Amino acid sequence: MSQALNTDRGLTYPGNVGCPGCGANIAVNHALRALGEKTILVIPACCYAIVSGPYPQTALKVPILHSAFACSAVTASGVRAGLDMQGDTETTVVAWAGDGGTFDIGLQSLSGAAERGDDIIFVCYDNEAYMNTGVQRSSSTPYGSRTTTTPGQGWKKTRKKNIMEIMAAHRVAYAATANIAYPDDFMRKFARAREARGATRFIHVFASCPTGWGVASGHAIKIARLATRTSVFPLYEIENGTDYTLNAGGDLPVGDYLTVQGRFKHLAPEDLALVQAEVDRDMALIQEKVAATQVRRAFFKSA
Amino acid sequence: MRQVLEGSHAISEAARLARVQVVSGYPITPQTHIIEALSQHCADGTLAARFIPVESEHSAMSAVIGAAATGVRAFTATSSHGLALMHEMLHWAAAARLPIVMGEVNRALGPGWNIWMDQSDSLAQRDTGWIQLYCEDAQDALDTTLIGFRLAEAVNLPVMVIIDAFYISHTYEPVDVPEQAAVDRFLPPPNPRFRLDPADPKSLYPMVGPPAFMEMRRSLQDAMEVAEAALAQAAAAFKTEFGRSCPPIEADGCEDAEIVLVTTGSITSTARLVVEDLRARGERVGLCKLKLFRPFPAEGIRRVLGRAPRVAVIDRNVSFGVGGIFAQEIRSALCSLERRPPVFSYIVGLGGRDVPPETIAEIYRSTREAAAPDPESRWVGLNPELMGAAAR
Repeated sequence: MSQALNTDRGLTYPGNVGCPGCGANIAVNHALRALGEKTILVIPACCYAIVSGPYPQTALKVPILHSAFACSAVTASGVRAGLDMQGDTETTVVAWAGDGGTFDIGLQSLSGAAERGDDIIFVCYDNEAYMNTGVQRSSSTPYGSRTTTTPGQGWKKTRKKNIMEIMAAHRVAYAATANIAYPDDFMRKFARAREARGATRFIHVFASCPTGWGVASGHAIKIARLATRTSVFPLYEIENGTDYTLNAGGDLPVGDYLTVQGRFKHLAPEDLALVQAEVDRDMALIQEKVAATQVRRAFFKSA
Repeated sequence: MRQVLEGSHAISEAARLARVQVVSGYPITPQTHIIEALSQHCADGTLAARFIPVESEHSAMSAVIGAAATGVRAFTATSSHGLALMHEMLHWAAAARLPIVMGEVNRALGPGWNIWMDQSDSLAQRDTGWIQLYCEDAQDALDTTLIGFRLAEAVNLPVMVIIDAFYISHTYEPVDVPEQAAVDRFLPPPNPRFRLDPADPKSLYPMVGPPAFMEMRRSLQDAMEVAEAALAQAAAAFKTEFGRSCPPIEADGCEDAEIVLVTTGSITSTARLVVEDLRARGERVGLCKLKLFRPFPAEGIRRVLGRAPRVAVIDRNVSFGVGGIFAQEIRSALCSLERRPPVFSYIVGLGGRDVPPETIAEIYRSTREAAAPDPESRWVGLNPELMGAAAR
């Protein structure tokens, strides 16, 4: 890991307008290390559209095409088509969107690109609300969270949309979850996505947001690690929408993750129990799919 | 070579001859034949382009924005609700200074659902920064599309080539389709001023604050201000290569006319017959066909209409609360003159209602007989029985 984090390979410039402890910033750093300089980012409206630098600055050493909120996937498809028509099949085209630009307003465009199998990597760096506009709820905001549009006793009573299952249902060639607290796993997945050319790849990145979550900025990585160690955000990969591999989960109680964040501090023990039950059920489903994958692979190997 | 072509295919043939490299589209009546033809060309290999069949018009415009940002020639087409759905990205394409060309088939917006001819869709996009060119027939559509690519790439602005629903889009006419070699001479491969390139990384279209935003918008306005001259240059080169003219304003007998009719789109062809007939009966009537709407050719309008005793503007559109949109723009262009011709404003043919020669003749008569223009646009051909029903 110390080798991978050698600063002279970085494709980001030091210093930008990100909040202290911004998970998206850490994610971009890791991602570009794995993707390399022959990469073009398409960024819709999101925190990183601002963090990447206002005119005439840029935080990155790769080209950026800023696009409108709803359309980062298809804009990336257009970039891909334009490069292909000029004989450049080497450059990796990446849509880099927040959870709003993925789960909500960007979902139609993402679904279209995935159904067409467009040769792009779509990355959702998920900070679980509209942070750039001041922490409003999105369909990625988890059960129990307070945001500025789910305030007080109106805290969010519905669960987070499962974007990985949505992408698996599109049978995308490669889908993976990645966490900024697990840089080796993170960069391996981005490198793998880069190599899986010719098809749609999707990476769901857990990107903590100390500002929006009510967490000390120095705890951005700690919170992210707890998300995986409590299995709130397990690390796994899905090939072709059907073949599941589990990379990391954990057996800590969800309370270890929830109670240290301001956005969940109002939750009662029975609420925590509800979340625990949901997380256990989700994890069991993933494990069933992993087991089914192994059975299927063994069957086809013997057949 | 002379061929019998549907108006939609006059546009798709022009895009094929322009060697577009990326095409994106989403079906909507009455535009669909344009993207069907282009996807066929991509499938057959008669056009070396990538066709991206997207899931909405918002995505169609976004796809060609992404493609054009890499420096390739990109094309899409739409109509009506599709154009309205694109609205956000129309602003984006123009301010991004991308030379995209789009075929746009004029159609009404619902409710009630109406697939027929009406200019409300394109005129509602007049402030997006797109050049707008209106076509009279299939030949005009083909020629204007080819000129549109050259114009777009000369001024780095997107160009909308606009035809009438059905009257042009679904009507077959003889069209002179140019040879590929001649089109290649007229339209060399694109030479973009900027493009996405990992060897020369740039951040395109990031956040721009108050200290620089106005200058960027002024630069777009500057591009619009030279676009009319650039259109004249492109049209002159087109005439040299192909022998046909494509003026922003076409004036026929306006110098000594008592009344000048102003038309756009296929109504112009109908008006030509009416004008011919009226002249045969000794009437002094002129015809002014407006092709260019954005940038608005105000100087040309003053030159052609400034000395006319009366001007009658025929609008197949309405801006609710004001009236006919071309009439407003023409009044605004004329208002700086010391002696301003009275402008009579007529609204006709909304939602595909036919505008036969009799309607245009009636407009001429009413303009001749009225003491002065009505304070508001006059709607021609309303059915009083239905108006009664609407009032109830």
